[in-house]
Amino acid sequence: MKKLINNPETVVTQALEGVAAAHPSLSVDVENKVITRASGATPGKVGLVSGGGSGHEPLHGGFVGYGMLDAACPGEVFTSPVPDQMLAATKAVDGGAGVLHVVKNYTGDVLNFQMAAELAGDEGIEVVSVVVDDDVAVQDSLYTAGRRGTGATVFLEKIAGALAEEGADLAVVAAIAREVNERSRSFGVALSSCIVPAAGKPTFELGEAEVELGIGIHGEPGRTRAALTGATELAAVALDAISADMPVTGDLLVMVNGMGGTPLIELYLMFNEVRKYLEARGGRVARNLVGNYITSLEMQGFSVTVCRLTDTLTRLWDAPVDTPALRWGR
Amino acid sequence: MDAEVFRAWIVSAAGVIEANRDHLTQLDAAIGDADHGINLTRGFTAVLGALGTSVPTTPGAILTVTGNTLISKVGGASGPLYGTAFRRAGKALGDAADVDLPALSAALDAALAGVKQLGAAREGDKTMVDALAAATRAFGKAVADGASQDEALACLAEAAAAGATATISMQALKGRASYLGPRSVGHEDPGAVSTALILGALRDTARAAR
Repeated sequence: MKKLINNPETVVTQALEGVAAAHPSLSVDVENKVITRASGATPGKVGLVSGGGSGHEPLHGGFVGYGMLDAACPGEVFTSPVPDQMLAATKAVDGGAGVLHVVKNYTGDVLNFQMAAELAGDEGIEVVSVVVDDDVAVQDSLYTAGRRGTGATVFLEKIAGALAEEGADLAVVAAIAREVNERSRSFGVALSSCIVPAAGKPTFELGEAEVELGIGIHGEPGRTRAALTGATELAAVALDAISADMPVTGDLLVMVNGMGGTPLIELYLMFNEVRKYLEARGGRVARNLVGNYITSLEMQGFSVTVCRLTDTLTRLWDAPVDTPALRWGR
Repeated sequence: MDAEVFRAWIVSAAGVIEANRDHLTQLDAAIGDADHGINLTRGFTAVLGALGTSVPTTPGAILTVTGNTLISKVGGASGPLYGTAFRRAGKALGDAADVDLPALSAALDAALAGVKQLGAAREGDKTMVDALAAATRAFGKAVADGASQDEALACLAEAAAAGATATISMQALKGRASYLGPRSVGHEDPGAVSTALILGALRDTARAAR
């Protein structure tokens, strides 16, 4: 294992110290692992809290700031945070209008956020949870823990965050969050495994000419293994899976996301393959993101997330945002 | 069994988990995300610290502190699930100073019910429930049949281990392994294995204490 770390046990806390040093706009409680806006809770505004395992940076801490999240709770690498963190974050951002929990559909995240929501309710804070489950690679939800929450999380946090900033109430913010989730689908492909620092070796082995299709964001294996083909074919694999589940016509918000170890030159090449595929099927890429937004440590690969826009969703996507990882219009 | 036995059990379980840290993590790498041994070791290390400072004096209080600490320190799915199991068992034991076999059986049943409720998993889903359910069933039967403490706890530990082994041929329907579908078959569930290790520690500790 070659990593720029001092000790596998202290990766998360030492990285958080770096986040605090780099971003004065954030307030970072390194010991309790809670990232909030330095400006504190906004009175009368719905607070947005998300969280999940570390190793997906910039998700979620990089999305804390004006127009997006109020707080993020990073867990250990690929491990859900604990209820204590989520409760502390919820209390810190409650401006009196209630708090939205954005939860990716992984068993650990769901269970810990569920416990945190109960604890917050006991303390008189209204909490609504929205579970993101956009990953079409998990096919049969009756026989699985359900679809995973992946790329749509970024869209949801941006769009719901913009609406909360406008002063919408908790039910309305939660409703648009659910709408983004329902209108979004993702699919991921890995070219290589990642290495969890505390484990010290690759989570899985892939041959030189193999890819893992339907990968999640924790190095968990996907559903099938296949031979490595060209970018055109890999884009088609991802988008065939998405378009089999949701029409990809009309105005679309499209993210081509790196998994942490993919050069940007390849992501741009892949974005154009994705654009051509969608345009050939009646879609228009009205808005896009290309880059590393929800990663899996140093994994090579990509994921595609497609959201079918409405005028409202487009307006909220375009609204000003000022966070370490997304910044425009302000 | 008194508070000292329960404390010794938790200390022993922490040791067994740490000794199997890499094994559990490797099992998890095959069908999950390669952190089960790491997370449980971190959690039980914190439990040892908590038991060192708070000095709970009843078996129930020891299990409750164990559960609360696991919920606060582990994260992932195993934190809430193991935490709930220990908390429910602790609650079932109440403030009794000494725990007999029927009381322990009821506490194990409460732990199982808590895990099933929170995780919405059933037997056969390839989870820790497969080890815990087999163990509680075997223990309850042994106690009802008038087995001695050693015999009943031996049944508990053996059934848990057999329950874990049985997960090898199962397809996962819950948790992260379920994303693999049929590819999850052929691997032992790490949560079922850690459950068997913890219950094995109970058998060994109680036997050594007599």
